[in-house]
Amino acid sequence: MREVYADHAATTRVVPEALAAMVPLLGAAFGNASSAHRRGEAAREVVEQARASVAALLGALPEEIVFTATGSEANNLALKGVLAGLDHGRAHGRRRLVVSAIEHPSVLETARHLESRGFPLTVLPVGTDGVVDLECVGRALGDDVALVSVMWVNNEVGTIQPVREIAALAHAAGALFHCDAVQAAGRVPISVGELGADLLSLAGHKLGGPPGAAALYVRRRLRLVPLVHGGHQERSRRAGTEDLAALAGLGVAAGRAQRRLAADEAARLGALGERLRAGLLAACPRACLNGDAVRRVPVIVNLCFRGVDGEALLHELDREGISVSTGSACSAASPGPSHVLTAMGLPPADAHASVRFSLGEGNDEADIDWILEATPAAVMRLRAMNDPGVRRSA
Amino acid sequence: MIYFDHNASTPVRPEVVEAMRECLADVSANPSSLHRGGQRARAVVERAREQVAALLQARPDDVVFTSGGTEGDHAGLIGAAWALESQGRRIAFAALEHHAVHGAAEVLARSGFEVGHLPVLADGWVPPAALDALPADTTVVAVMLANNETGVLQPVAEIARRAHGRGLRLLCDAVQAAGKIPVDFEVLGADYLVVSGHKFGGPKGAGALIVRPGAPFEPLFRGSGHERGRRGGTENVPGIVGLGLAAELAAREQRAEAVRLLALRERFERGLREAVPDLVVHGARAPRLPNTVNASFPGARSDHLLMALDARGIEVSAGAACASGAVEPSPVLAAMRVPRELAVCALRFSMGRTTTEAEAEQVVAAVGEAVRAVRAASAGGGA
Repeated sequence: MREVYADHAATTRVVPEALAAMVPLLGAAFGNASSAHRRGEAAREVVEQARASVAALLGALPEEIVFTATGSEANNLALKGVLAGLDHGRAHGRRRLVVSAIEHPSVLETARHLESRGFPLTVLPVGTDGVVDLECVGRALGDDVALVSVMWVNNEVGTIQPVREIAALAHAAGALFHCDAVQAAGRVPISVGELGADLLSLAGHKLGGPPGAAALYVRRRLRLVPLVHGGHQERSRRAGTEDLAALAGLGVAAGRAQRRLAADEAARLGALGERLRAGLLAACPRACLNGDAVRRVPVIVNLCFRGVDGEALLHELDREGISVSTGSACSAASPGPSHVLTAMGLPPADAHASVRFSLGEGNDEADIDWILEATPAAVMRLRAMNDPGVRRSA
Repeated sequence: MIYFDHNASTPVRPEVVEAMRECLADVSANPSSLHRGGQRARAVVERAREQVAALLQARPDDVVFTSGGTEGDHAGLIGAAWALESQGRRIAFAALEHHAVHGAAEVLARSGFEVGHLPVLADGWVPPAALDALPADTTVVAVMLANNETGVLQPVAEIARRAHGRGLRLLCDAVQAAGKIPVDFEVLGADYLVVSGHKFGGPKGAGALIVRPGAPFEPLFRGSGHERGRRGGTENVPGIVGLGLAAELAAREQRAEAVRLLALRERFERGLREAVPDLVVHGARAPRLPNTVNASFPGARSDHLLMALDARGIEVSAGAACASGAVEPSPVLAAMRVPRELAVCALRFSMGRTTTEAEAEQVVAAVGEAVRAVRAASAGGGA
């Protein structure tokens, strides 16, 4: 049976070059990267090389990159680190946090938690297109706003947010801007300077690197209070013995992602995504695309198949060798409808009928052929089972 | 090179390297994904959770995977302190705790928490009775199981009894003990226990925090429901697999290995005493980890000794690796009231699974030479 991995937004596979860089480091170098002996020196070199690669991918300076274990940690650090810094200087009047309703839970939950600690919160709505409305941003930006956090590419529906404009609005209002670029890094070219981000998160396992390594870009001279303290690693912004292998993997993956972006890999994958979307919409009656048809990364295709249980479809496709998600992988265990689709105004029944296909480097035309063959059939089977007229079982 | 710095980090066991390599190549899905690939990833994570739980006599459900000991100490101490905030905003621990605990306390102090201190006896341990003197608004105390610099074992079970007797929660940093000596979460009685993979043959980037059922806890990293809502972030699957296997191997071998290392250390220490008769072993009268010797060589500064040993192909540590580069005496030795002139002459030797008898003998000989050379240079005004 053909195996088609179409869940790249959940995690990408570790690319061979990253794996090759990691394997020798899994066993050989066991010096503590902060200790003085020679192995420590070699270890530091690995860390700094990875830092340079990640910085290059973002158009940042190496010293602006803080390594973390996960993208979630990077998002937590961005929000709590900035607000804790403000809290410290109590004279500061800016304490409000502004985030969008479709942020990843690591941003939304952190924001709600901070709200319970006395940092007021504004949650920006999105339209049915899954895009933050700039007018809403403008209205939310009073002189009490400390930080605006809006993701670049939504992880569930793939919509691209107007982050440049939001960054400009935030700055005009005297606030800082954080961008969760976990789904964008490696998929769209990023320049933190052009974007105007003060902070930006990415995760290795979404761009061909391993899990266990992620990064937060922190603009030079920005004051950030660490969440994990007690060691001088990462210029005292994130303590803990470095995971050399994972960092090396992240570095190699970042360098490779940058080269592939330059080599039009995005165009190839984009064409595959467009074919997938158009093909499924044509072949599956009553299916519709969740999120804006234009302002999106074409590799994330989230479709609502009315009358079909998304999870049942996931398992049906799994039996055909096709791996997809309902909503995001992270929220797979939660029984409620996707907060992203709900924020876009989908009724719960439609949210539960939605499935996300996300393409990546390993996918080719034959994969799309197979998805286009298997999915409409699976949808039809499930609809037939749900149709009381043809239901066989009691 | 002879590696005598296992308390800083241990070589990753070959079996662990192989398991991680295989995992990286074969298990590529997100454990939260519902498809078969995701389920396979979930299964290997849950197997590792059982392996870690078995090493520590804990329940798999109580194991929260972290990126290592530093995160574990932060998640435990900060998570407990905030969860208990309504009862008080004070924590307490002794100066001999790891940097990570000091760091977590600084994070709390920034939010207005008070930090109280527990005393340390000259032998290197915290007297349990000291808990009775803590202010009433104290909510959490942190006491490590084995000190990273001296190897001295702390009376954690007794401290836990006293802590619970007055309604305090106890965080135990067991990073140096786990995998070296049997650690029993039930017997220790701590509410939160921290371990780190790379201290017992596992990889860096993977550790665990054990949270006792019912112990108040707020996650350090918020996010989706990972780790039962206790730690947001996609699991480091290969790291967790490596941690799990290292835990299983350690659980199988730690008793025999501890006996072997203890005999080796006793011989090593005897050898050192013969080579440098005026050396002072710190914590010598206290129960210690079987692999650690922390000794001062009067008149020979540790940074000079470190270089002299490095030139002889031997890796040891002056105090904790995390503190090297600093010329100040170790806070641990200072807390034990080791005089400054002696404390700046201390070296930490820490052995491990790969240490052989022949290596120990070579280190003894090299230390003898190095001490003589450094002392001669210092006496000649060379220092």
